Amino acid sequence: MNWILVPQQLVNGLMYGGTLALIALGIVLIYKSSEVFNFAYGHMLMLGAFLTWWFAGGARTGNEPISLPLGWAIVAAVLVSVLLGFLIERLALRPMAGQPLLAIVLMTLGLSQIFEGSVNLLFGVTPKGNFPSPFSPSDAYTIPVPPVDGESIVFLDRIQIGHTRLATFVVAVVAAAIFMLFFQYTKIGLAMRATSENHELARSLGIKVPRIFALSWAIAGITATLGGVLLATLSGVSVNLAAVALVAFPAILLGGLESFPGAIIGGLLVGLATEIVKAATVVEVRNSADIAPYVLLLIFLLLRPEGIFGRHRIERI
Amino acid sequence: MAVLRPAGDFDRSYEQDMGIVRQRWQLFLLLGAILLACSAAFWGEARFVFNLNRLAYLIIALQGLNILTGYTGQISLGQAAFMLVGGYASGLLAIHLSLPIYLSIPLAALITGCVGLLFGLPSLRVKGFYLAMATLAAQFIIPWLTRQPRFSTWLGGTKGFIDIPTTFLTVFPLLLLILIAAGIVAYVGWYTQRPQFQWGGLAVFLITGVIYSAWDISLRRTVNIAGLPPTDLFAAGHLKAFITVLTTGVPMRAWIISLRELPTYYLSVSLITLLLSTILTINITRSRLGRALIAIRDNDLAAELLGVNLFQYKLRAFFIAAFLAGVAGALRAHSERGVGTEFGYSLRESILFLGMLVIGGLGTNLGPYLGGAFVIAVEDFALWLGPELALIFPTRSAELQSSFRPIFFGLVLVLFLIFEPRGLAHRWMLLKASWRLRPFAR
Repeated sequence: MNWILVPQQLVNGLMYGGTLALIALGIVLIYKSSEVFNFAYGHMLMLGAFLTWWFAGGARTGNEPISLPLGWAIVAAVLVSVLLGFLIERLALRPMAGQPLLAIVLMTLGLSQIFEGSVNLLFGVTPKGNFPSPFSPSDAYTIPVPPVDGESIVFLDRIQIGHTRLATFVVAVVAAAIFMLFFQYTKIGLAMRATSENHELARSLGIKVPRIFALSWAIAGITATLGGVLLATLSGVSVNLAAVALVAFPAILLGGLESFPGAIIGGLLVGLATEIVKAATVVEVRNSADIAPYVLLLIFLLLRPEGIFGRHRIERI
Repeated sequence: MAVLRPAGDFDRSYEQDMGIVRQRWQLFLLLGAILLACSAAFWGEARFVFNLNRLAYLIIALQGLNILTGYTGQISLGQAAFMLVGGYASGLLAIHLSLPIYLSIPLAALITGCVGLLFGLPSLRVKGFYLAMATLAAQFIIPWLTRQPRFSTWLGGTKGFIDIPTTFLTVFPLLLLILIAAGIVAYVGWYTQRPQFQWGGLAVFLITGVIYSAWDISLRRTVNIAGLPPTDLFAAGHLKAFITVLTTGVPMRAWIISLRELPTYYLSVSLITLLLSTILTINITRSRLGRALIAIRDNDLAAELLGVNLFQYKLRAFFIAAFLAGVAGALRAHSERGVGTEFGYSLRESILFLGMLVIGGLGTNLGPYLGGAFVIAVEDFALWLGPELALIFPTRSAELQSSFRPIFFGLVLVLFLIFEPRGLAHRWMLLKASWRLRPFAR
């Protein structure tokens, strides 16, 4: 372990984990309300990032008249994503109601392939470096770390927090908080929770279950776009964003499939794991940032398959 | 397993009832099809031969996935990674131990099967989505391992592993004849229940096989293959040599056939392996093992109550799936003369496998064939359409060339899931039934 880097990597991991937690929340939301594992979520997220980039005039080929400021570009992208969420739910997932898990997983995988191809077709295959970020990547706050006396471990004496990282973390935390408050305290949130408990019971209480499904997909579209924008400000827009977002699946499994706090904790854990391994001295471990979430996932699956906050399922024939 | 057959279609013996090929015309049709496919290199275009070979090994991988996902109901997103293991194992065995492919492919498949067992271990405690995630972890971890610089002298690093040297086939005519004769004697002895023929034939078969492969390996170690001229299997000079060997029996010389220029060879190897794996999977699915797997798929708790050992059978399914993936990966590595993440083997391919399976029909033995052929045809169409459109719109050529494959595959998959969730195999059964009932009912 390269202890000198550890505090810095801890902070980085926390910041990255915040974004992952927001992404994981969107997946858990859809799973809870309609029991669909949305493997297309990463691609929805990528699409959201690309849309924002396009609305903000990133393409600049001269043909696009649209060049909105970042805020309005995000709003426009969110609107398109919400529409897309509605469409997916109505056209692709509703005919699949009652089908086995494999069919539904494959449906989302098929959708993800369509998204990938469409994004390639519409926005080009090259990664875009010019995502309109309000911060320059070199700006950073510096926090001094007091030296630890009498220890053999030496830390670097300061931690740098890039403005971009901090901003993404803050936005992710605020968005997650709004999301949870919405779920906990509004009437629609209550209806969604009731639907996730039992579809038929919710229906008998007068809740329009199909509408709740559509709504949850729309909200997932919002969180996907937000997550995409956050990831894009960190790393630029490219098709690889979808693979980055795939890491949210280990996160929700770590937290327990059906729990919102679990998704947040899982996201933070995965973010920490990804960044902490970069402080290792062994070169293989240092390179393993891409697979660290999956190794963590395998360990969890062997030791505690239901996750941290998950309930153990009792099955009957 | 009794299959409903129309009136007038009688079986005269138990063997005929149980046979995979039940009637003589089916046998002739099968032999004709095999001959037609094996000789494709002589009459087909290079791209057609390439696709046929690709289809053959993809179907083998699909059959493995079908056992695991279609029959046992365990979703696996890691089949491409297991193919990667098989390719590496077979290539390493061929390079460092000079093993010929008829030894390196089975050994590589066994190794891959063991790796599959490793990743199947979580299947005892988790299922469904959780298991899909465990196999997704395999799909990320295995390619990552092969790319590590520490193993780059062995595995070739990120560039992939090129120069797999099995470009030649040695044929020892007399030994090969003995081998075939012993095999036939053993098979007939087993079939007619005469143990002396069965075991005697088997013993001769094994001894000759060991001598043959030892000779083959030693030849591979000593002969400089690169300097050898390519030889055609059907060249007249060899026919003469063959007749000389048969008549005098003296010069047991080896023919060394350089195969770089002979795509027939790879195609034949793939097709023969496909035939073997088809027989294997059909027999698995209609035996005790297959019934246990289907019971697990339909209701695992009920299966356990009926005495099916869940863990054991799930692991067996994982082993079979990884084994066949290993065979497919080895075939692919040898015919592409390279293996590594540069060549694909990504998550996208694993998704493609699952998609092919659903399009063909999950849990049917016909499914891998139909799904694989259909998806390869669609992909080929996309690969043709992209450059054609790029000619018309040259400003967007890069986008057009790369984007149609995922779009077409995704669309086909989504449409199949909505309108024909039981796949092409089901449609084929319906067609057959309506053909039988013609002209009365549909």
